[in-house]
Amino acid sequence: MSPDTELPILKPTDFASDQDIRWCPGCGDYAILNQMKKVCAKLGATKENTVFVSGIGCSSRFPYYMDTYGFHTIHGRAPAIATGVKVANPDLDVWLVTGDGDGLSIGGNHLIHALRRNINVKLLLFNNRIYGLTKGQYSPTSEEGKKTKSSPLGSVDMPISPISMAVAAEASFVARAVDVDKRLGDILTEAAKHQGSAFVEIYQDCNVFNHFAFKHATAKDMKDDCTLWLEHGKPMIFGKDRDKGIRLTGNKPEVVELGSGISEDDLLFHDVHDEAQAFMLSRMKHPRFPEPMGVFYQIEDDVYENLVAAQVQQARDQRGEGTLQQLFESGDTYTVE
Amino acid sequence: MTAVQKQTQRVNAATVRFAGDSGDGMQIAGMQFTDASAVFGNDIATLPDYPAEIRAPAGTVAGVSGFQINFASSDIHTPGDTVDALIAMNPAAFKANIGDVRSGGTVIVNESEFNKVNLRKAGYDEGYNPINDEVLTGQYNIFAVPITRMTEETLADTGMSAKDIGRCKNMYALGLVYWVFDRPLEPTVRFLHNFFGEKKNLPQIAEANETVLKAGYHFGETAEIFVHRYQVAKADIAPGKYRRVTGNEATALGLITASKLASKDLIYCSYPITPASDILHNLAAMKQYGVKTVQAEDEIAAVCAAIGASFAGQFAVTGTSGPGLCLKSEAIGLAVMTELPMVIINVQRGGPSTGLPTKVEQSDLLQALFGRNGDSPLIVLAPQSPADCFDIAIEAARLTLGAMTPVIILSDGYIANGAEPWRIPDAAALDAIDVNHPAPRDPADDGDGNPTFLPYDRDENLARPWAHPGIKGLQHRIGGLEKANLTGNVCYTPENHQAMTDLRHDKVARIADRIPPIEVQGDASGDVLVLGWGGTFGAITTAVEQVRDKGLRVSAAHLRHLNPMPKNLGDILANFNKILIPELNTGQLRMLVRDKFLVDAKGLNKVQGQPFLVNEIVQAIELIESGNWPDDRLSLSPIHHEVSAEPQRQT
Repeated sequence: MSPDTELPILKPTDFASDQDIRWCPGCGDYAILNQMKKVCAKLGATKENTVFVSGIGCSSRFPYYMDTYGFHTIHGRAPAIATGVKVANPDLDVWLVTGDGDGLSIGGNHLIHALRRNINVKLLLFNNRIYGLTKGQYSPTSEEGKKTKSSPLGSVDMPISPISMAVAAEASFVARAVDVDKRLGDILTEAAKHQGSAFVEIYQDCNVFNHFAFKHATAKDMKDDCTLWLEHGKPMIFGKDRDKGIRLTGNKPEVVELGSGISEDDLLFHDVHDEAQAFMLSRMKHPRFPEPMGVFYQIEDDVYENLVAAQVQQARDQRGEGTLQQLFESGDTYTVE
Repeated sequence: MTAVQKQTQRVNAATVRFAGDSGDGMQIAGMQFTDASAVFGNDIATLPDYPAEIRAPAGTVAGVSGFQINFASSDIHTPGDTVDALIAMNPAAFKANIGDVRSGGTVIVNESEFNKVNLRKAGYDEGYNPINDEVLTGQYNIFAVPITRMTEETLADTGMSAKDIGRCKNMYALGLVYWVFDRPLEPTVRFLHNFFGEKKNLPQIAEANETVLKAGYHFGETAEIFVHRYQVAKADIAPGKYRRVTGNEATALGLITASKLASKDLIYCSYPITPASDILHNLAAMKQYGVKTVQAEDEIAAVCAAIGASFAGQFAVTGTSGPGLCLKSEAIGLAVMTELPMVIINVQRGGPSTGLPTKVEQSDLLQALFGRNGDSPLIVLAPQSPADCFDIAIEAARLTLGAMTPVIILSDGYIANGAEPWRIPDAAALDAIDVNHPAPRDPADDGDGNPTFLPYDRDENLARPWAHPGIKGLQHRIGGLEKANLTGNVCYTPENHQAMTDLRHDKVARIADRIPPIEVQGDASGDVLVLGWGGTFGAITTAVEQVRDKGLRVSAAHLRHLNPMPKNLGDILANFNKILIPELNTGQLRMLVRDKFLVDAKGLNKVQGQPFLVNEIVQAIELIESGNWPDDRLSLSPIHHEVSAEPQRQT
């Protein structure tokens, strides 16, 4: 392609594949898909260099609906497959779509290792706190006592916090968003621009098997009081009237009312580079606390696939590229006359 | 006083075994002896045998590590049935190995270690020392040499620590054996200076080892206890440049070669597992050839990363051993379904479960062929010797890239760690591996007469196009759900699943048109055909040579292609009255051969973690040839070296 060839500007609709979407009507996945197409268009992504990799579950049907390269793999293994894609071709824009069952249960191990290696993949975990595809069993993020077909007396499993897990797994970008909230697009954009593993937990409504699991984060009369949108360098203020905030007392966060002697300066300021604070924020749960949204944590770190490629270059710098004949004769050789 | 007259005896072949504690450096001593013999011009075959524990309790039989080498002035295929010379560094090594030494064989023992404590650790009765046992000294030529003490005395003035000095004693033993078998010292001296001197920057250790090596050699020369010296003349080997390779080394070399011939990067994804880890180690040390290695978090991640790399357009390989292949099963099915190229190397070991990690077995054949859910055919190959791993790796690459379906290579712990001479090929004479990626398309043409890209369209080999991310205009989606032929869209219709199952089957079956016919060693027809596969080639070949020399109408054939099998196999089987299939499992190839060809093949089956001895196969051949075969299959009894009938228990 000559340099002056005009690049076609793709619209969000250009990223729609020709496949019928088979999610249930009203599923939160639709909203995420729409935001994703917009983000791809906004970022100037190309279809040929964009890859969606997924595992198994409702969310993992995602790649079929994007007109890019896509790989719907096997249960839990998408992070490992995405790792191979990036090692083979670091130039690709790779998105990984997983769910709470796929990413945290059967594939928990791979998720941890993809994050700690800092592979330049954007990992979106659609958390609906239920197994939807298999018709409604409790998941690793279901609340304790959850009654489902497989837990008629209530689940006895302690749920895992995806954000706590990601911070502990050395992720270099950790964020949370909500399916129907427009700010999801901003978070996805920031994730895309991040160099390294970007982990985004997305609260996603399964309106068939776990409707309103995140009502506190989506209902008009609740969401402002029950969520806290994080902004780097800004005090942690929330509430419909923006009259409440988070203050640190000792090592513990507490909810305080602004006014009556408490000013913004008394509040905790969000430092996106502070790992300990990120972890603390990840432990703030509804209803005791507003649940933090936005970017919890972000640092710059070396990217795995670049390091892998650099070692090939390093070996070449030290030893030369080498021919096959040199390879064959690299051991102790001897000649038979 | 007259000096003892030293006599040199010429022999055609000799088998030497080094045995000691797993920390005694027996593998290094054995490898050095191998290299020295190869450089000298002998044909060689080796058998390392070591415990699964890195350092099993010192001095115990469980901790004994051994290395056996057979070197000859003629063509040889096995490390030898019986040992001509044993070097036993302690009582446990003596106890564990003396039974394999031929009557009249040479046994050099490290006398310094035959003390009360070590004798007890080896499990000998209080007050008994085997090297003073008249029965044993009558049966073997036992030479007691205080190797530890002599090593200490040799290095007494160096100021080295007792520990460092102790670690040189393997070189004393090696030097002594070099004298006994008239081997050159130079290759080992060179190795010591390269390894300790340059690589580890420990020139003093290199010096010390060289001094001890030479002290051992000179002891053999001057001490008046060794009367006989043995010479094994150069073998008549095809002229050319050679190096010694183990199977795992040859596999690594073959994979890199294949990637170069295909103009691809090699992406090797693996999780450490015995006995396959050396492939990872070898490749990680050769990144300049365009090798990227991924040490994954587990076996599943390793195969999945390989699948991802393949999807992204590179030559992807994963390596493992039996338990790891189990874990990879589901992902291999994904590669079958998505029709992506990938090579899976399974260096087989004793199973089931964790089994015998460092010991050989051939019991993953049926797992390789059928160990996945659904009908999921793939190509299965098996190298027959250490050097053959090189050729098999290249063939695997050629087949997987050509057919767009995964290939499993069934190596095993015996050929993976065993070594033989490898004649270095001329790189320029190797054929390139054709890889065809579809050309990019201008998306603007879509709907304008430019037909839709069909990711599951097929070529004459039924292979689909390898359209990887990055190629413009060919974006498409694949996955583990059943695919519609041509479009690749998800499709559950009955007709389509039937058609796709048949296509996946036919694609692999048609490989039979592209592989060489199986060759018969010996006459094309006769009384008995001994059919084998994989790492048993050496023992079978040697056994058949021996019985043919006795005039028996016996031939051999060896399978390197297990799925599909060579097209002429059925015709060859029909030319013999009896079929014998020796395997290091309970009869897996035999089951396949009976099924495919309806022949009443008999099995010789051994699962002791050790390769076949030639004699075991010879005895089985004589039994079947004479019409005295007792059963469907013979299981080698636990009594060493004897063949006995297994009670009938076929269910």
